[in-house]
Amino acid sequence: MKNISTLFKRELSSYFATPVAYVFIVIFLIMSGALTFYLGNFYERGQADLVPFFQFHPWLYLFLVPAIAMRLWAEERKSGSIELLMTLPISVTESVIGKYLAAWAFIGIALLLTFPIWITVNYLGNPDNGVILAAYIGSYLMAGGFLAIGSCISAITKNQVIAFIITVVICFLFLLAGTSLVLNFFKVWIPQNIVDAVSSLSFLTHFSSIAKGVIDLRDIIYFVSLIVFWLYANTLIVEMKKAD
Amino acid sequence: MIKIENLSKTFGHLVAVKDISFTVNAGEVLGFLGPNGAGKSTTMKMITGFLAPTSGEIYVSDHNVSEKPIDAKKCIGYLPEGAPSYGEMTPAQFLDFIAEIRKLSEDVKQERKKVVIEQLHLEKVLNQSIETLSKGFKRRVGLAQAILHDPEVLILDEPTDGLDPNQQHEVRELIKSIAPDKVIIISTHILGEVDAICSRAIIIADGKILVDDTPDGLRNKSSSNSLNDVFREITSGRLS
Repeated sequence: MKNISTLFKRELSSYFATPVAYVFIVIFLIMSGALTFYLGNFYERGQADLVPFFQFHPWLYLFLVPAIAMRLWAEERKSGSIELLMTLPISVTESVIGKYLAAWAFIGIALLLTFPIWITVNYLGNPDNGVILAAYIGSYLMAGGFLAIGSCISAITKNQVIAFIITVVICFLFLLAGTSLVLNFFKVWIPQNIVDAVSSLSFLTHFSSIAKGVIDLRDIIYFVSLIVFWLYANTLIVEMKKAD
Repeated sequence: MIKIENLSKTFGHLVAVKDISFTVNAGEVLGFLGPNGAGKSTTMKMITGFLAPTSGEIYVSDHNVSEKPIDAKKCIGYLPEGAPSYGEMTPAQFLDFIAEIRKLSEDVKQERKKVVIEQLHLEKVLNQSIETLSKGFKRRVGLAQAILHDPEVLILDEPTDGLDPNQQHEVRELIKSIAPDKVIIISTHILGEVDAICSRAIIIADGKILVDDTPDGLRNKSSSNSLNDVFREITSGRLS
């Protein structure tokens, strides 16, 4: 635990030592605001809720989270600092978790900084703040899912651009797993029960039920097990590829 | 103490290290010599637990590196080739991070930080990010990191590479001054360095140990009494 928190602190402060943190936060805030007001018609629809705000999060995360995740391991391998890290008395699992949690906390900071939209909607009307809280939790869990995928993919390559692109594609598939675009592709050649299993992996389905304010244990379990699965794969890949 | 038994490493078809065995005791400074690609760095990476051996055993202070990697790593200070570190950190932050991972108590940390900063003359660059430092300073930050926890075993991959002659001299003096109670392995291309600090030299080529001797013993193998000649003759196969 001590090692995880030491690494967590180092990683998190390194975001703020470079322009990465500021660029990410500013872009995230501008994009989420623009999408809410222009595409989401926040004012015009005249309802006191944050649906126009949260409905774009999956699409925002699709590009922004891989941008954070791509450097996690690829940079470490490229610069050779992975050799330093892996010869310190810290296990691979601890480093994977420490780095992941720091990146997730960083995204959490960006998400918390969207609070003005919450103030706005409370000023304009009487929204159900329980629903908003649930949606924030759902959004954060979904970001965690994207990030776990990205962290794992980042360990496969030394090239951050490749890590970014592959992560976006995989996240895109997970996002749309429940839609006909992806399902039709699978329907042709695999049995129906597997198609159903694929469709149940959809980020959108699980996120949208939480975003409506329904915190179902199954959705939480889905995101948590997804994160655990990808991080476990992440440790195996780091172990396998660290010295390449 | 480091004990290496029948160590081998293959990458696909490439045999990087072929069945090498040796022991290094406390107080010894072992110089690892050999042409580029001889297997020096690969061997060091296996001793420090970064690479898993294909076969063979490594014991560092009686800890088997494959079975108890964390215990072994606690006893080792390691300067990897090229002295990698985290460029966005300052040397002060970097040393704090290392001290924390190495679990030094607050008192010991302050004390050791002071000592290594003085030994490696890092005072002036303490609060400048590492990526903006010169090659020589980066190397010295890497060395400071390696000796920060006063390890029993020190593995240094080309510690003086990129340093100017004065800095090389200082680093050699530093290694000599901490050598008496430690196990030290350094790899180098500079044969003069072997004379200056090593009590023993191993010449390795194509993954095999060709010679394991004292620097003087090594020199006696050549008619011209020069380490350079011995090195060239041995690694090109004219002498064995």
